[in-house]
Amino acid sequence: MTIRLTTAAAAIALLLGGNWAFAGDKPTDPQIAHIAYTAGVIDVEAAKQAIATSKNKTVVEFAESMLRDHESVNKQALDLVKKLNVTPEDNDTSKALSQAAETKRSELAKLTGTDFDKAYVENEVAYHKQVNGALETLLIPSAQNAELKSLLETGLKVFQGHQQHAEHVATELK
Amino acid sequence: MNAAVNPLGSAILALLLGTAALVVPAQAETIEVTIDRLVYAPAEIEAKVGDEIEWINKDALVHTATVKGGAEVLLPAKKSGRLLLNEPGSFDYVCRYHPNMKGHIAVGP
Ligand SMILES: [Cu+2]
Repeated sequence: MTIRLTTAAAAIALLLGGNWAFAGDKPTDPQIAHIAYTAGVIDVEAAKQAIATSKNKTVVEFAESMLRDHESVNKQALDLVKKLNVTPEDNDTSKALSQAAETKRSELAKLTGTDFDKAYVENEVAYHKQVNGALETLLIPSAQNAELKSLLETGLKVFQGHQQHAEHVATELK
Repeated sequence: MNAAVNPLGSAILALLLGTAALVVPAQAETIEVTIDRLVYAPAEIEAKVGDEIEWINKDALVHTATVKGGAEVLLPAKKSGRLLLNEPGSFDYVCRYHPNMKGHIAVGP
């Protein structure tokens, strides 16, 4: 449990703790776009792992809804950056997020049955909570372009919904 | 078929329908609720038994209108769905996939 939360927390600490590898003290729009997109891809990958592993109908349905929503939001993000002629820029926060997700994925790969289900759903709660925190306190306030800001705000509402959905599923699994 | 092209037939039909609308006191209604960026609008609805609710989902996301322990209407991305209200009562509903979306229906007899 402690170890599980530590990896995701470490990446987000980098995101929130002012330990920025950015030129200024805030991320730029191309960096924000990259971070938001990466955060979505990570949850899509996690969902695919859950769909392949879990035998629990509620967990699989939850994972399918994560897959569907994050792909939809990321498609909107891609359409927007194309329209704005912005090229998403890789950065240390995106890299740290991806690395933490990879660690988590291999941790989860060792689990099966209800152990897997519980660990996956708990991580979904923690992950969405942390991404939402980053969106609220850093990414949305830093975004310069109004359309990017608006998409991030809608994304925040979607992910807050996911967090509550994950919390409900976690309660059901207890 | 003939009545549709016969002007007299159409006029009589219109007259009959018009009269019916005047005579029947409580015509069942369709109440529209729009979903845009994860918000049901209006969030609060007053209806009566026999009315229908139509949710129009403008988002590129799948939503639902799910009454706790009751009916559920699936609302695919950019599509709409309907629910016939057949019992009076006060119902809170949410989206199953995004439980932060909340609405309320008061159904009078
Ligand atoms: Cu929804």
